[in-house]
Amino acid sequence: MTDINKVQDEIIEEFAILGDDRESTIFYIMELGNQLGDFPEEEKTDDNIIKGCQSKVWLITTTEDDKVVFHADSNTDITKGLISLLIRVMSDRTPKEIINSDLYFIEKIGMGGIIGSQRSNGLAAMIKQMKFYAIAYQSKMNAI
Amino acid sequence: MSINIQDIRAAFPILHQEVNGKPLVYLDNAATTQKPLSVIEALDYYYKTDNSNIHRGAHTLADRATKKYENTRKLIQEFIGAKEVEEVIFTKGTTEAINLVASSFGRKFVKEGDEIIISTLEHHSNIVPWQLLCEAAGAKLRVIPINDKGEIIFHEFEKLLSSKTKLVSIVHVSNALGTINPVEEIIEKAHSVGAKVLLDGAQSSSHLTIDVQKLDCDFFAFSAHKIYGPTGLGVLYGKREVLEAMPPYQGGGEMIKEVTFAKTTFNDIPFKFEAGTPNIGDVIAFEKALEFVNSIGKKQIVDHENELLSYATEKLTSIKGFIPYGTAENKVSVLSFLIKGMHPFDVGMMLDAGGIAVRTGHHCTQPLMERFQIEGTVRASFSVYNTLEEVDRLYESVSKIAKLKNK
Repeated sequence: MTDINKVQDEIIEEFAILGDDRESTIFYIMELGNQLGDFPEEEKTDDNIIKGCQSKVWLITTTEDDKVVFHADSNTDITKGLISLLIRVMSDRTPKEIINSDLYFIEKIGMGGIIGSQRSNGLAAMIKQMKFYAIAYQSKMNAI
Repeated sequence: MSINIQDIRAAFPILHQEVNGKPLVYLDNAATTQKPLSVIEALDYYYKTDNSNIHRGAHTLADRATKKYENTRKLIQEFIGAKEVEEVIFTKGTTEAINLVASSFGRKFVKEGDEIIISTLEHHSNIVPWQLLCEAAGAKLRVIPINDKGEIIFHEFEKLLSSKTKLVSIVHVSNALGTINPVEEIIEKAHSVGAKVLLDGAQSSSHLTIDVQKLDCDFFAFSAHKIYGPTGLGVLYGKREVLEAMPPYQGGGEMIKEVTFAKTTFNDIPFKFEAGTPNIGDVIAFEKALEFVNSIGKKQIVDHENELLSYATEKLTSIKGFIPYGTAENKVSVLSFLIKGMHPFDVGMMLDAGGIAVRTGHHCTQPLMERFQIEGTVRASFSVYNTLEEVDRLYESVSKIAKLKNK
């Protein structure tokens, strides 16, 4: 498994190619959204919605061995694109990796400027929820 | 006479900038219009030269500010065709104007079992104040349905009318769809059962010639910021006899005649409804916005906006996956739409990336969106300073975006 920061650096490099062209960047993020894996319809419940997002975002986890796997979906393509980036960095990792992660790529690629303040709050809520799930899983593991 | 768009655009400093590396195309005029330099300068001049509290000051600055403030009231009287200048009340905006009527007229005249009629097209600001009033008074809110084009179904309105109807509060022009309601007929019918009529003129005031005497509406509410004026300022017009029969809205300075601890007597209209120090600077600057409109002429403005609307409608309708909302026979320069398979937020964000400002979402008309079973739309709304070239830019961007999901 690639180191969490290595994945972040890859993303930073990909976005650097797009440069300052806002239109291309948005189209690229949307394209990433289209590649997001299938999300079970029956999990699109109010309980799985992340509060604080302008768009609807559903997030669930599964676990494989000692790792947390994230599955998410949204009703807007741009948000799906953002989710796909987070999943690429955070999913399929140990709770410890997730909890200790420092997601510097978000600032480095200038995400705040691209998605605006409202969506940035949503993105922060999403990250918080992902870390919360990791903490919960770790506590469960420790209890066993 | 056609208008010179380049001269008009030159008066709006904000339009001359790049957004995301592209020249700004501002198509969110139904939310708020931009301000001509004359308005911005008037505001600046007022605070540098005339700033003082109005009406009771015994000094020159107060006198100057008072004269200018009252001069705007006079201009508004002419702008909407009111019979008397005292029928023009300054508020914070359309929303406060409607709340004023709901609170004051409602408190006195709406009782248990009475009914208030609105339509499916209403903005939340012409829904919620009536819900609050109905709940407090034990009255009932009735809603006129609309057809698939976004037009009210008139015979359904007639069915709702009865001796129980105390007020019909209806939007003159829909902010979300652009539909122009047949308000003359609505007012006539409502009056025939003794009901009063409030027109929400937030959108109509910038697109249509308003003559409240000819319309014979009892109230007309609108906002300055949608007619090239400052934000935080609106107007409530009311017929003198109706306003005089209403109790005050808020208590405070300006609205009183005499105050003792035993009893307070109230000032005459319009001051009875203008408690506290008003928004003096913005009122004074609004004069320049009205002068701007008058200098071009409402008819020229409307003709130009209609030209933009029909050009945009024709071009965008040809795009694969384009779904228009609001196709009324009689409408103003609002183009509400969705792209098949795409969320309006995504479309709005991609347009913004191309320097084009539009509105996305429910436009504060959730029940209307519910009627069409959608979450929201993308709304492009045109104003006097928009050009056919800007419509071309919109068309090119929407075409490109639509292709993502409609190959």
